[in-house]
Amino acid sequence: MSQIDRDKLLDIYTRTMKVNRTDEKFRELLMGGKVAVMYYCVRGQELVSAAAMAALEKEDYVVCTYRGQGEQTAKGIPMEKWWGECLGKATGTCKGKGGTMHITDPETGIMVTTGVVGSGLPIANGLAMASQNNGDGRVTLVSFGDGAANIGGFHEAMNMAQLYKLPVIFLCQNNRYGEHTAYADHTDSPNIASRAAGYGMKGVTVDGNDVHQIYPAVKEAVDRARRGEGPTLVEAMCYRMMGHFFGADFSYMPPEHIAEMKAEDPLPKLRKVMLEHQFTEEELDAIVADIDAQINAAVEHALAAPLPDTDEIYKDVLEETA
Amino acid sequence: MAQITMTQALNLAIDEAMAEDPGVFCLGEDVSAKQGGGVFKVTSGLTEKYGEHRIRATPISETAIIGAAVGAALAGQRPIAEIMLMNFVGVCMDQIVNHAAKLRFMSGGQTPCPMVIRTTTGVGVGFGGQHSDMLEAWFAHVAGIHVVTPSNPADARGLMRASIDANDPVIFIENILCYGLKAEDPGPGYRVPLGKAAIAREGTDISIITYGRTVLDALAVADDLAKEGISVEVVDLRTIAPYDEATVLASVRKTGRALTLHEAVRPFGTGAEIAANIQEKCWDVLKGPVRRVGGTFSAVPFASHLEQAWIPNKGQIIEQIKASMDKL
Repeated sequence: MSQIDRDKLLDIYTRTMKVNRTDEKFRELLMGGKVAVMYYCVRGQELVSAAAMAALEKEDYVVCTYRGQGEQTAKGIPMEKWWGECLGKATGTCKGKGGTMHITDPETGIMVTTGVVGSGLPIANGLAMASQNNGDGRVTLVSFGDGAANIGGFHEAMNMAQLYKLPVIFLCQNNRYGEHTAYADHTDSPNIASRAAGYGMKGVTVDGNDVHQIYPAVKEAVDRARRGEGPTLVEAMCYRMMGHFFGADFSYMPPEHIAEMKAEDPLPKLRKVMLEHQFTEEELDAIVADIDAQINAAVEHALAAPLPDTDEIYKDVLEETA
Repeated sequence: MAQITMTQALNLAIDEAMAEDPGVFCLGEDVSAKQGGGVFKVTSGLTEKYGEHRIRATPISETAIIGAAVGAALAGQRPIAEIMLMNFVGVCMDQIVNHAAKLRFMSGGQTPCPMVIRTTTGVGVGFGGQHSDMLEAWFAHVAGIHVVTPSNPADARGLMRASIDANDPVIFIENILCYGLKAEDPGPGYRVPLGKAAIAREGTDISIITYGRTVLDALAVADDLAKEGISVEVVDLRTIAPYDEATVLASVRKTGRALTLHEAVRPFGTGAEIAANIQEKCWDVLKGPVRRVGGTFSAVPFASHLEQAWIPNKGQIIEQIKASMDKL
């Protein structure tokens, strides 16, 4: 068992629950008909995102995907701005012009959220290249799914990152499904991390539901990158416990897969670890209650916030119109 | 002032931008000294001055090249990415169209992408169907990108500096047949503002709206027709998109006739958009329909005589001008 100190464990727990409670709230709003937008649920992957963000510094860069709520909220985007954007409001991170699939908040290092599978990897290289060029000491983490490992940009980006020893961490959240296609139906190799060897890169596969595996793996990759030792491919095995997007059919998931993912749910496992480290039930519940209060306030703020002016469609196209 | 080629003009512009701003760097296939400074030598001598970190020779990976440029631009640097030949943009369109062009807008203005994509192309050198196309219309159709092409060395120097200065992505098209053109060096710090066309030749009977290598054809036609008493005005757009509508419309208001000319295939080309715009806004002064001349609607052929038949030629331009003036 790895040694994660209590402060870091508390940090990871808090971030994990922030991701989870945000996800729960979003589904509640969607189910209640209060909002009607595209949302890609992160239930089952909360710990991977939270532990990865806890391994970064505030200044570090992150590139994520449409299923990026975990990285975004765990990295620390202010909740009011995050909810504002998801609800298409003027108060959102992107003035309502990006939406759930394109959350951007440079202040907290969320540089790009891409809606195109696999497109984040080459961009992460560029952020890391800038850090290598100007010596600012930042690292860049790019999160993507197992499905993204099969697009050409993955190959190009991995080779280039290793060639230049870029300070980048490739975090593959292997949730066993690429959109609606099961891993075994899109990939024959047993895992994604083994591909790293083909680029001369370090690659590891870890259990993304076990804080003692996922946090140290990402932390080591971050430290290596910061020391100038180059990129790492970290494959976090996890489960997507919902459909591809909210409302999507996932009855195609076999019963044994569903049983397996319920048994591996990262939240009860993390709670158990916290109790083992002498956190009390009351303390943990109070953290969640505090998060819920923050989320509820942020949602109320976003619901009441003004819509963007229609003129916004002409702005931010090129600098002249900004 | 000394005479310089277009290759030298581009090299000088990049060199002085790199000297002034440590955030400017080049990346692309074969660009560094180890490979001879670029297949057309535009980055020649720069590795020796600025090192391999700022003249990064890349693998043959267009998506990774443009993706890296996007990322570096988001981090505040000013990358100059080279896509060796314009047809290869097909490999990295996602990075250009979905990311470079849109990130400013989709982020509500937080993440502009100041980057230049240099690319070479041109019909007439026997490169065949996958190394010759002018694909400017693909990018002119996307909001969030400047599309630029110089027709002479001075503009090449000035447009390159302005493109590096720009806080948005620029597709910078270099015509392979123009690299060897020579003209007087406009000197250090010279800039040609983006979005500003030039009147390459004044005239009173018809306006040819064109850019890049075909500016040379238009000027040659203007010389020929002057002998027949036809006065041709040549508008060199320099920036294809967003283009200098005011200069184009003013020229057409003066001459009352217009012809669009480009090397790219005619159907759905930039000439169609410009012609439609002229007809909407200058209908009251037009003496006839706007004429369009462009490349043949097929792949660029290999055999020299086929390739020459494919390119829009002086004869076609003259024929269209005379038809426009009822002088056939």
